[in-house]
Amino acid sequence: MAPLVSAVSRTADPFVRTGKRPTLAVWKFASCDGCQLTLLDCEDELLAVAGQIDIAYFLEASSATVEGPYDVSLVEGSITTAHDAKRIREIREMSGKLVTIGACATAGGIQALRNFAGPDGGPDVTAYAAAVYAHPEILDTLPTSTPISEHVFVDFELRGCPIDKHQLLEVVSATLAGRKPQIPNYSLCLECKRSGAVCVMVAHGQPCLGPATQAGCGALCPNFSRGCYGCFGPHEGPNMPALGDRFAELGVDADGWLRALRTYNAYAGPFRKEADHVERTRS
Amino acid sequence: MNAPVPEAPAAGTRRIDVEALARVEGEGALHVRIDGHTLEHVALRIYEPPRLFEGFLRGRHYTEPPDITARICGICPVAYQMSSCHALEAACGVTVDGQLRELRRLLYCGEWIESHALHVYMLHAPDFLGYPSGIHLAQDHRATVEMGLRLKKVGNDVMVVLGGREIHPVNVRLGGFYRLPRLAELRALREPLLRARDDALATVKWVAGFEFPDVEPDRIFLALSHPDEYAINEGTVRTDRGLDIPVSAFEEHVREEHVARSTALHATVDGEPYMVGPLARYAINFAQLSPLAQEAARDAGLGPVERNPFKSIVVRAVEIVYACDEALRIIDQYEPPERAYLEVPPRAGRGHACTEAPRGTLYHRYTINDEGIVLDARIVPPTAQSQSVIEEDVRDVVRGHLDLATDQLQHLCEQAVRNHDPCISCSAHFLKLEVERR
Repeated sequence: MAPLVSAVSRTADPFVRTGKRPTLAVWKFASCDGCQLTLLDCEDELLAVAGQIDIAYFLEASSATVEGPYDVSLVEGSITTAHDAKRIREIREMSGKLVTIGACATAGGIQALRNFAGPDGGPDVTAYAAAVYAHPEILDTLPTSTPISEHVFVDFELRGCPIDKHQLLEVVSATLAGRKPQIPNYSLCLECKRSGAVCVMVAHGQPCLGPATQAGCGALCPNFSRGCYGCFGPHEGPNMPALGDRFAELGVDADGWLRALRTYNAYAGPFRKEADHVERTRS
Repeated sequence: MNAPVPEAPAAGTRRIDVEALARVEGEGALHVRIDGHTLEHVALRIYEPPRLFEGFLRGRHYTEPPDITARICGICPVAYQMSSCHALEAACGVTVDGQLRELRRLLYCGEWIESHALHVYMLHAPDFLGYPSGIHLAQDHRATVEMGLRLKKVGNDVMVVLGGREIHPVNVRLGGFYRLPRLAELRALREPLLRARDDALATVKWVAGFEFPDVEPDRIFLALSHPDEYAINEGTVRTDRGLDIPVSAFEEHVREEHVARSTALHATVDGEPYMVGPLARYAINFAQLSPLAQEAARDAGLGPVERNPFKSIVVRAVEIVYACDEALRIIDQYEPPERAYLEVPPRAGRGHACTEAPRGTLYHRYTINDEGIVLDARIVPPTAQSQSVIEEDVRDVVRGHLDLATDQLQHLCEQAVRNHDPCISCSAHFLKLEVERR
């Protein structure tokens, strides 16, 4: 905990001068609640954090709310309704810094599979809705699930499905301090090597998205004898076709490669483009 | 959010609008309309934007639902992983038994401890003690809240050892696990769990001392039941009215209705509203709680059946004691199985499963083809099943307290909803409370 508390107190001078602690708001859009739960999962740090900042709006945790503006807003979830598209603009206006937390807010989440569900590979939600609801016509939902950054300016995007709590603490403390969060954007492979894990692809021939995926989880899956499934999304500039070829050599067919690309970060640029390419060249 | 009470729009009319109910997992709305001294209307409206999981599960590979459906709920991902694994294994004719079954139960105990401790300390206790949150509660009762967070953390630690992380664990697969836990890691959980069990016993005592409204509504309880254990991962579906059916018959008795005001579906059992969750499990399976958990319940003044929904917090605390006890039992008897998982080759078929999520029975059903492609999926989350009863509870609260000041009544209504630990993310969700008085 010490780093966050000291970072906040050290850099909270402007707030101290005005006699105010920085305010934090937490917002939810289409999501599973897991990323905001990560804040409550900081059991060792939570009360110390709460002592350094004003948690001004966090409905999952508190019925006491303070009106904006807020110094920092954490946004979980993707935009799937017209109402939410409007709401995120209002939240942007009352937020000093806006940070998205997790794959839904940063890449549209698993619910962004609708973005490719149409017969032409474009957005279509009707078939999905009919599978769930007897009266899909009364649903109020957009044919797309889009990341927050397609709607408003985002100061920082924190990856992960779910996010990592140490990264969350770093982003909150850095944002309050007015510095750039120290979040690596290299591939999972680096993190995996450093953790001492055996490469599951080289040693065991298991398909692994690690070479294309951003680090941050601590290389969890390889450490559990399983290939990475890309829940932190693509790192900067991955070589997707090369990884696709490697998957093919390991016996993964085109459908399997498509499914690997289309999960929690399906709408993130490199994963989306590779999947589009696979679909186009296959038909 | 507690908006200020607006001026009465007309003589004899009062109305409250609250933007969203706090301290529930997800977002929904509650609408209450009162005309003079008559309650006219109560509706719990869940309008979490639908994410349509059953839609995009079609066409996925049968090995994927455990990871994909975990994303329905960040609070109870293990429940989704377990229900989907059991349902798909049933479709493929595979039964996971022995130590692998025990490890799954251990993982689930971790989720129960974490989720229940979160609800008791951070979401529910503040209602009884007049605080807006667990964080505010900590300003006056720091040691108590620290104990709650410590307890919650032990639940998370169990999930980290078994699953790799507490939210959306990565180590669960059809047939078992990707890798077995290391013996040293399991043994290292023993001391924290022993302490957690003491903390849980202290928690039961603490919450048993709260003041509870004196109500005892007659609700139908539904829970899994198993001859050999307090049911978590498997069993038959039972009610306290004598229904006892295999999970495969679930949909013959439980119907879901799509209600226009909500993106969740309302469920009934044989045409009657019913509830799931700790009160139901406790009533149906009390005899199978560990002796220590039973003793804690008796010391807390609970009978073998508890019908007061406000006392669900006490039953939840008793279940934490049980989950710690059970986790310790599993760790103490553990002997590593030969393999981390059984092979589950695909075959065309249909499989069903129910498991007990912290907030109640979670049903999954899948149909797959010979290649293992999912043709159809159906998921019935706990909160959707309890939704009609939650509305009934709110009705009772309003009828019994028509003379209360509107803001107090509103608080009691919100509390009546929180009694059920609703997970609206599961049911699809946005809890917005409006009380309209004329």
